[in-house]
Amino acid sequence: MTVNYNKNEMIPAPVVDPDSKAFWDAVQNQELVFQKCGDCGRLRHPPRPVCPKCRSLNIEWEPSSGKGTIYSKTIYRKSPHPGMKAPFTVVLVELDEGLKLISNMVDIKNDDIKIGMQVEVVFDNLTDDLNLPKFRKVD
Amino acid sequence: MFDQYLSRRYQKFGRPDPSAYLIKDKTAIAGIGATEFSKNSGRSELQMACEAIIDAVEDAGLKMEQIDGLVKFAMDYTDEMHLVSALGIKDLAFFAECGWGGGACCSTISHAAAAVATGMAKYVVCYRAMNERSGRRYGRVPGVETVMAAPNDHYGYIMPYGLAVPPSWVALFGTRYMHDYNVTAEQLGWVSVVLREHACMNPEAMFYGVPATLEDYMASKMIVEPLRLYDCCVDSDGACAIIVTTTERAKDLKQTPAVIMGAVQGIAEQGEMMTSLYRPKISLLPEVWYAGQELWRVSGVTPKDVDVAQFYDAFSPLIPMQMEEYGFVEEGEGALFCEGGERIRIGGELPCNTSGGHLSEAYIHGMNLINEAVRQVRGTSTGQVDDVEISLVTGGLGVPTSAILLRR
Ligand SMILES: [Zn+2]
Repeated sequence: MTVNYNKNEMIPAPVVDPDSKAFWDAVQNQELVFQKCGDCGRLRHPPRPVCPKCRSLNIEWEPSSGKGTIYSKTIYRKSPHPGMKAPFTVVLVELDEGLKLISNMVDIKNDDIKIGMQVEVVFDNLTDDLNLPKFRKVD
Repeated sequence: MFDQYLSRRYQKFGRPDPSAYLIKDKTAIAGIGATEFSKNSGRSELQMACEAIIDAVEDAGLKMEQIDGLVKFAMDYTDEMHLVSALGIKDLAFFAECGWGGGACCSTISHAAAAVATGMAKYVVCYRAMNERSGRRYGRVPGVETVMAAPNDHYGYIMPYGLAVPPSWVALFGTRYMHDYNVTAEQLGWVSVVLREHACMNPEAMFYGVPATLEDYMASKMIVEPLRLYDCCVDSDGACAIIVTTTERAKDLKQTPAVIMGAVQGIAEQGEMMTSLYRPKISLLPEVWYAGQELWRVSGVTPKDVDVAQFYDAFSPLIPMQMEEYGFVEEGEGALFCEGGERIRIGGELPCNTSGGHLSEAYIHGMNLINEAVRQVRGTSTGQVDDVEISLVTGGLGVPTSAILLRR
C-alpha cells in the first residue's frame, strides 16, 4: 500500500448524499460505476442530478472498465491529516472511458508512479464499512 | 497572436454590446487602505476591517458618513451589519458579498462599480480582513466534518485519498502543467525569485529585507510535489479596503483616480472548489479564459496595452498559467516567458506583482494586489513602473474568478 493509515485516527469518509449514494453503494460492493445519462448516454463524474448535454433527469449507472492511465500526481512529504502517514501519493487517473478519478495507488513506491502509467482499479478495504477504489500498476 | 487567442475557444452567446457597459471610464477607485501585514495581528478581524476601511476613507478624503455601500467576501468572518455599528456608518444603501475565496477580489470591484454606475450608491467600500496566519490557516486540514458536510463541493470524492489542502490541489494541476509543456522547476523558481526582489523594495512586505536566489528556491523544502515552500503564498494577518465611486466624483477627491476600464467575472463548466480536475485538460483554466475574454471585450484593449500586472499568485505556477489564459503568451509558453526573470521584473516587458504579490508581500486574498495596481496608476508604488497607463489585476483561480483593468 502506498498509503499507511493510522487506524487510531478517523479517516475522512466519503460523503453519501442522494446524488452520490449509488456510486458509494457500488464501491462498497467492490464495483466502480459511473453516472450515465439515461437519454443521450453521456457519462459524468462526479455525479450530478442533471445531464449537462441534454438536461435529462434520467440516470443510469454504468460499470467502469476500471482501466486507465495516471494523468497527474502529487507526493505529500508531510501528512495533511493525522489518519494518513507521509509520504504518500495522490493520483489523478484518467479512465479508458474518458472520466477522471482522484485516488491512491497500491503496491508501488511513490517515486515509481509516473504520468502515463497504465493502471487498473482495486478495492482497499479500510474498515468493515469502508472500501475505497484505488489503483495498481498493470504490467 | 491576439486574434489566434480570441479564436481559440471563443464562442459568443449574445454578449451585450460593449457600448452598453456602464462601468468603463465612468467608475474609479478613489481610495485604498490597509493594516500592516504580519504573522499575528493580535486583534480581531473586525478591528482589522475597521482600521483598513478608516485608512481608505482618509486616503480618499471622504468622511465615514459618506460611505453608502459595502461589498464583502463571502469567506470573511466579519459582516456589513457589525461594520455599520462599529464604524458608525449611517445609511448603507447597498451591500453585497462575493464568493469563492480569492476569486472574489476583483468581483468586489465589479459589484461596487455596478452599484455606483447604476446610481444605487455613491461611495462603496470593498474589503477583506483575515487573520489567516494566527487564526485558521488554509494549508492545514480544517475540521474534516465541516468540509465534508459541503457535498456540492464534491470533497467527498477527494478527502478520503488525503487530497485535503490547497497546495495539494494546485500540485495536481502543476504536475500536469509541467508535463504538458516541459516546464522546469527553475522556470517556476524565477517567478518566486522575482516576486521576492519586488518585496525587498516594499517595506510593507512580509519578506522585506529577506532576499532569495534561485539556489535558495531550489533548496527550499518540498511541500507537495512539485510545489516547494517558495512556490506557496505567505500566510498572513492583515486587512485591505478599496473605495469605488464614479470617475466624476473621484476627480473631486484627494487622490488621482484609478479609472476602471473593465471589472469582470468568469466561471466555467466542470468547476470544483480548487479541484476542477475532472476536465478533459487541466493545464488550461477555462474560467480564467472566460474572464479574460470578457475583460478585453468590455475594455476594448488587448494584452499588449497592459503596462503592469498583478496576477493572483497563491502558488507560483498560477502566474504563467494565467499569462496564457489572458492571452499574454501562447498556450504553454508562460513558464518560458518567466525564465530568467527579465520579462516579469520591474522594467521588463510585463512587470508582475510589483509589491511582492501573495508569494512575498502578503496573502490578503487578492485585495493587496488591487491596492498595488492602484498605486501603480497613481505613480506611488515602491516598485513603480515608468509611465503606467494600464494596470491589470486578476482574481483567484481554480475557482470562479474575476479581473479588473485600471487606467490613469
Ligand atoms: Zn443526456
